[in-house]
Amino acid sequence: MNSAVVISPVALQMSGVAALLVTAILAIALSRSERATAVIYGATLAICAAALFGALRALLGDAANSSTLILPVGLPWLGAHFRLDALASFFLVVVNLGGAAASLYGLGYGHHEPSPHRVLPFFPAFLAGMNLVVLADDAFSYLLCWEFMSLASWALVMAHHREPGNAKAGYVYLVMASFGTLSLLLAFGLLAGPAGDYGFAAIRAAAHTPYVAALVLILMLLGAGSKAGLVPLHVWLPLAHPAAPSHVSALMSGVMTKVAIYGFIRVVFDLLGPPNWSASVIVLFLGSITAVLGILYAMMENDLKRLLAYSTIENIGIIFVSLGLALAFQANGLKLAAALAFTAALFHVLNHSFFKSLLFFGAGAVLNSTGERDMDKLGGLIHRMPFTSFAVLVGCVAISALPPFNGFVSEWLMFQAVLQSPDLPQWALKIMVPAVGAMLALAAALAAATFVKAYGVTFLGRPRSTAAETANEVDRYSLAAMFILAVLCLLGGILPGLVIDALSPVAVEILGGRMPIQANEAWLSIAPIAESRSSYNGLLVMMFIAISASLTVFFIHRFASHALRRGPAWGCGFSDAVPAAQYSGASFAQPIRRVFGTMVFHARDHVEMPPPGDIRPARLRIELHDLIWEGMYAPIAGAVAVSSEWLNQLQFLTIRRYLSLVFATLVTLLLVLAIWS
Amino acid sequence: MVVVSDILVQSIQMLLVLVLAPLLTGFVRKVKARLVRRQGPSVFQPYRDLLRLLRKEVVLADNASWLFRVTPYVTFAAIWVAAALVPTFATGLLFNWTADLIAIVALLGSARFFLALAGMDVGTSFGGIGSSREVMIAALAEPAMLLMVFCVALVAGSTQLSTVADFLASSYVGLRVSLGMALVSLVMVALAENARIPVDNPATHLELTMVHEAMVLEYSGRHLAMIEFGAFLKLLLYISLIACVFFPWKIAVFGTGPLAYAIGAAIYLVKLAVAGFLLAMFETATAKMRVFRVPQFLGAALMLGLLGTLLLFVSRSF
Repeated sequence: MNSAVVISPVALQMSGVAALLVTAILAIALSRSERATAVIYGATLAICAAALFGALRALLGDAANSSTLILPVGLPWLGAHFRLDALASFFLVVVNLGGAAASLYGLGYGHHEPSPHRVLPFFPAFLAGMNLVVLADDAFSYLLCWEFMSLASWALVMAHHREPGNAKAGYVYLVMASFGTLSLLLAFGLLAGPAGDYGFAAIRAAAHTPYVAALVLILMLLGAGSKAGLVPLHVWLPLAHPAAPSHVSALMSGVMTKVAIYGFIRVVFDLLGPPNWSASVIVLFLGSITAVLGILYAMMENDLKRLLAYSTIENIGIIFVSLGLALAFQANGLKLAAALAFTAALFHVLNHSFFKSLLFFGAGAVLNSTGERDMDKLGGLIHRMPFTSFAVLVGCVAISALPPFNGFVSEWLMFQAVLQSPDLPQWALKIMVPAVGAMLALAAALAAATFVKAYGVTFLGRPRSTAAETANEVDRYSLAAMFILAVLCLLGGILPGLVIDALSPVAVEILGGRMPIQANEAWLSIAPIAESRSSYNGLLVMMFIAISASLTVFFIHRFASHALRRGPAWGCGFSDAVPAAQYSGASFAQPIRRVFGTMVFHARDHVEMPPPGDIRPARLRIELHDLIWEGMYAPIAGAVAVSSEWLNQLQFLTIRRYLSLVFATLVTLLLVLAIWS
Repeated sequence: MVVVSDILVQSIQMLLVLVLAPLLTGFVRKVKARLVRRQGPSVFQPYRDLLRLLRKEVVLADNASWLFRVTPYVTFAAIWVAAALVPTFATGLLFNWTADLIAIVALLGSARFFLALAGMDVGTSFGGIGSSREVMIAALAEPAMLLMVFCVALVAGSTQLSTVADFLASSYVGLRVSLGMALVSLVMVALAENARIPVDNPATHLELTMVHEAMVLEYSGRHLAMIEFGAFLKLLLYISLIACVFFPWKIAVFGTGPLAYAIGAAIYLVKLAVAGFLLAMFETATAKMRVFRVPQFLGAALMLGLLGTLLLFVSRSF
């Protein structure tokens, strides 16, 4: 036997997962040692980088032929199936890129961790879990890996369990994650049917009745949607994501929500077969509501990390809108438009993983150097933390969907997909899609407003506390992680054609259609349908801005006055001496709160004016209601509390009563049996 | 050699918008003054203002950061590029396909993003109030703008401005109710985006109702010159946009030679003058509205855009 052993790509990826699990075990052994942080994050960085390389090769290379692997674990008659195809390769790229960046960041950030033994073992396990979910190819392994991922992330959320609020965050997360898994379990049960073949290949081959397809869609929206943060199942997300250490927050927001989207795509686009157009209506509706509500919540938020978590909800909504468009076009056989919408969704998945990780890293850097997450106690950090603030600025511009960065390209592609809607034959969709497009534009504009607020209050202005005044720049590893992501944000924006071409195997595999090859376009521009319809060239736009800005600077410095004098701020002759009198987060949000908040949050401003002669200061109190929590979750929680209180009485009965209860139950059951048959 | 002449025409357009922008603002101011029977400053006053500002020293607040100093150049460059991408006297210029209408709107969004950040940089209340109101107005204007784009793109089958202009200049489009609604919607958005009456007042200072002027209150000298110039350019851009989409009459098609370009340019000047006159008339006849009435104003623009789109669907299906 001298033939070389060829290892299939999926086996390579699985060995990466195995290495991550070994690292997790190593972390338990090492966790009390001094060098554990460097060793563990160094190992995860190396493994994620290797896995990223492998996934990229699979996506760009021979993505057409997928490779499978069966391990003799799991259900005895099935085994555990794993498969690497184009869709899985793309999401593995997202997972491992995020994982590598978070590990690099962790190399520096991890040193500030007060209790590393609560973080280090779960971090590689969480990464392994996410990799496994994407690779799983049968329902049983999928659910098992999904739960593993959920539990590992739950452990990371609970790493700082003594901080106020974190215990509640962990509890809500656990309840919502269980609910999500239950929905997924039911969905896979329906898909497998009475025969009970849980392999994805068998599910894909089977024909599903429209009734089952509709139920599965709803269950997937509940199951994957609760993990991704779809409104109204989002409540755990702004509690749990900020509670974790910042690099884990970045992974949860930037990557784990994408794994949930992977699950949705896998089941709804791949396993369910040809979609029905009415499915797209519900996805479009939920997506657009999620996008607008998510960003409005973010606008009202003054906690930096919670603001970012709410903005994740917005971006998930945007991705679901795009997926809904893809479903609508696919159901009507418009392959090109479906590929356009689908590619836009995947592009946004990639983009959001870049800039959301970057922004969470920035928030972590701020938290590390000031100990504050509350924006109203920060300010002026652009002077104290110049590099961090530059990287975060790039992230803010990118997430606000502004050219020439990457967020704009994916939203532009979505608008182009919206413009294809006249081809749809159904009137409901014809009317709905332009309105959804307007909602997307509203969400994008509100996102820009939100990030002006987040950046302006945190990094600009004057420091509002001593902590902000004495902040220091963070370490080199954290900065390196942020700058790598910032460069990726720019590259995605100026070379979008390369990304679109790299995504085309996924569209071909899932939809059977693709966008035109972008590499053929002149000057690296992109044209989703045809150049006469619409085209965009991020590279040229950036070059034009750079050239005209430098021309302007040149002329100004050549011909205009150079004189510059520093002085106190003008402020119409009255500048407030106290930094606390600056515009705060709440005051910046005031106009938008007045326009949208009175309806969405039942917002009220209460001015408490002391009577004349009283020397207490006047106060402004803002009353905001989370209507989804108050209208949906609080009643459910109340009902559970009341019924458990009532059932609690059963624990304190006398032996006589227990015996009669048992007897009554027995008689009832026998009666039921007798009547039933 | 073809490429050289293409680049030449494109450069002429870039310079043309630069030269004309202050003149347009000066013309509007002159007409407004004449309408209230004032003499008014010369139409060339904006050029003199810019030159004067360029010669003055910059007074910078103590805690202003590098972002504050970079923003005037970034916003000016972004608006200039956007203005150069809107067809003025001819369609199909060399770089027209670089960005479509949606991208041009987004470029203006980038400029506004940085300006709003600069308003927050010094840490005075005026900057904050201006920034927060500016982003509120933008959040309402952008969906309206998109629906307008949608309506026009449905008629012309493209979001590429040159294609749209060529299509609408061809005779067989005729008069359409939807396009009329889109035009009204775009005019309303343009008024809001350019901080004109009734949304904002470009002539006031030191009033709590102002938005744009409050945001740039801390700027002086050459920085202020760049920001003012950017505002002039933005007005020109929106008027060119309205002219190119809704009144593409006699706009030269690319490659038709210098004579057609000259005619196109002359007609373009006439269009600018008419639009400037109408703007001045409107501003003189209207009062500024309260800030929190702006949502209703822009909501009406949004509804017009949506109605226009739906009407198109209905009229198509019969």
